[in-house]
Amino acid sequence: MTELSAHLPQFQHGQLTENFPDNHLSNTNDNSERRRHDNSERRRNDNPESETNGQPQNNIQQVVEQDEEEDEELTLKYGAKHVIMLFVPVTLCMVVVVATIKSVSFYTRKDGQLIYTPFTEETETVGQRALNSILNAAIMISVIIVMTILLVVLYKYRCYKVIHGWLIISSLLLLFFFSFIYLGEVFKTYNVAMDYITVALMIWNFGVVGMICIHWKGPLRLQQAYLIMISALMALVFIKYLPEWTAWLILAVISVYDLVAVLCPKGPLRMLVETAQERNETLFPALIYSSTMVWLVNMAEGDPEAQRKASKNSTYDKQAPANQTRNEDAEADDGGFSQEWQQQRDNRIGPIESTPESRAAVQALPSNSQTSEDPEERGVKLGLGDFIFYSVLVGKASATASGDWNTTLACFVAILIGLCLTLLLLAIFKKALPALPISITFGLVFYFATDNLVQPFMDQLAFHQFYI
Amino acid sequence: PALGLFLFTIARDPLRIIILIAGAFFWLVSLLLSSLIWFIAVKASDPRDEPLQKGLLIFGVMFSVLLQEAFRFLYYKLLRKAIEGLVALSEDGCSPISIQQMAYVAGVGFGLMSGAFSMINLLADALGPGTVGIHGDSQLYFLTSAFMTMVLIFLHTFWGILFFHGCEHRRWWEITAVVVMHLTVSGSTFCNPLYVPPLVPSYLLMAIAATWAYLLSGGSAQNLRRFLLCKS
Repeated sequence: MTELSAHLPQFQHGQLTENFPDNHLSNTNDNSERRRHDNSERRRNDNPESETNGQPQNNIQQVVEQDEEEDEELTLKYGAKHVIMLFVPVTLCMVVVVATIKSVSFYTRKDGQLIYTPFTEETETVGQRALNSILNAAIMISVIIVMTILLVVLYKYRCYKVIHGWLIISSLLLLFFFSFIYLGEVFKTYNVAMDYITVALMIWNFGVVGMICIHWKGPLRLQQAYLIMISALMALVFIKYLPEWTAWLILAVISVYDLVAVLCPKGPLRMLVETAQERNETLFPALIYSSTMVWLVNMAEGDPEAQRKASKNSTYDKQAPANQTRNEDAEADDGGFSQEWQQQRDNRIGPIESTPESRAAVQALPSNSQTSEDPEERGVKLGLGDFIFYSVLVGKASATASGDWNTTLACFVAILIGLCLTLLLLAIFKKALPALPISITFGLVFYFATDNLVQPFMDQLAFHQFYI
Repeated sequence: PALGLFLFTIARDPLRIIILIAGAFFWLVSLLLSSLIWFIAVKASDPRDEPLQKGLLIFGVMFSVLLQEAFRFLYYKLLRKAIEGLVALSEDGCSPISIQQMAYVAGVGFGLMSGAFSMINLLADALGPGTVGIHGDSQLYFLTSAFMTMVLIFLHTFWGILFFHGCEHRRWWEITAVVVMHLTVSGSTFCNPLYVPPLVPSYLLMAIAATWAYLLSGGSAQNLRRFLLCKS
């Protein structure tokens, strides 16, 4: 594979910055796909960079600067593909959530609130209600912040066992308990009779396979499917147990928090990312959705460290789900990790259609020379928290909007566009970025606007059968 | 049919999907703004006055049409800039996606979104009991709505192509023709619930627009014949 050998010189170079050791798509795709350019807007902004060169990919021996520039170009080139790779799971998650909300009434019944939101919203006056929801949101956010800081501290002091244990417990809880409830409710809705033994067997299988897939090795598609299901379950729990105004407030505040936590120099998430970079590790084995797979093909002689790291990577790349004992972890970690992408962007790639042996994995961060053994793969990662909050937004829209499907559709499109823009910014800034703010802002704006403004308009139009 | 169009032509190429979603977004924004205007107008006027309300609605529709076209133009500008970037980035100096393809996709985006918005609540209601027009309204409500929506989606697609072509070659009359057509189609729906005026001219216009777009895209009667006869 010429592609693979092509990557060797680049990596030997070693000075590649951590953030994008490389974009060389170990690409067995044909040229046509290579020409798939990314988002149009991105190109507009990146014109200055793109001046550099349009050398064809097969030009192997390249000078260093050209390597870097080509890196950038390639990053941007494959952008469109990555955007789609992220679109699909986000869409799937939202579809699952909306479908469930529409059909299973359990998730729209008010059965009480979580202990994190102690103030009720069934109050007499509007002012009281507003106050209560603000207090609720404040409590929730402080819980999240505390959890994130706790996580960062644990990470800094290398208490990996604790973190692993925590993640495993939460994913256990999520996989078994929540899916049991979900399954039960679905059966109730469709009036399907089912005995406990069958249910136990199903849940057991589902849970065990999920644990294996997420924390260990497993087929990529299956792992992605599990992550999507986990996110959907979590989002459903949120939709059910968060009262109205609190939910919207929380969404708004969490996107602000995300922005702050990732971009401020003292933000906990940023510290987390930097610590991980210093230690040359992949960030977390958990809470991140990766669009690609890490395949391990060890070439020639790798040094033992590289190989060890590579194997560690392959484990870590199977993203663990949003751990939730209750909600706190989810928000804490996911909200935080939503910017893992760029950081890990370098790691993996693997256009899924290509054959295993044609790809190889390398670590995220270059460990000087020996990483050249494993040509790199790259993909885009998105934190699971982002999935969850997007789905919460769309789910709430479909559950409680008067405009029903119109609103849902509007929010969906808004979120996708936000995601596009965020990916665009990612390509420009090449740093870890928060994925929540833009999309959530668009989503919220469109939700409220569509619900209040567009809906009456469309109703009238449909009534008279006018068409615009 | 529109969905089939989407699946066959757009779903393969990620760039097209992005352009599609962006197109849908632009339409949505234009809808938002126009409904904002309408809402303000309604609030400012007397809610009990029936003809006035209807008149306002008509005004809102017209305004919305104009806004849609304006947004189509804006989108065109954006895509123009994007094409330059893509060309610079590409390996062999030609863009991976031509402006015509973009026009097509943008048109489909607009169309899908408008169709979705028009139809989806109807569809959801259609799952309920089958009582159409039981209060003396026409019984053909669903059917006509479906046809109308389909024609509108296709029209948007063709208008996209025509519009972009007009902008490319600076033929202002093409652009005005598109706008006028849009206005006519919307206007003809004002005659509902008599179903003849909207549907028939709309289909005619669609046929005209289709042939025009086809010719613009470089097709010809000869191509068509070869395609139909499955010649290689």
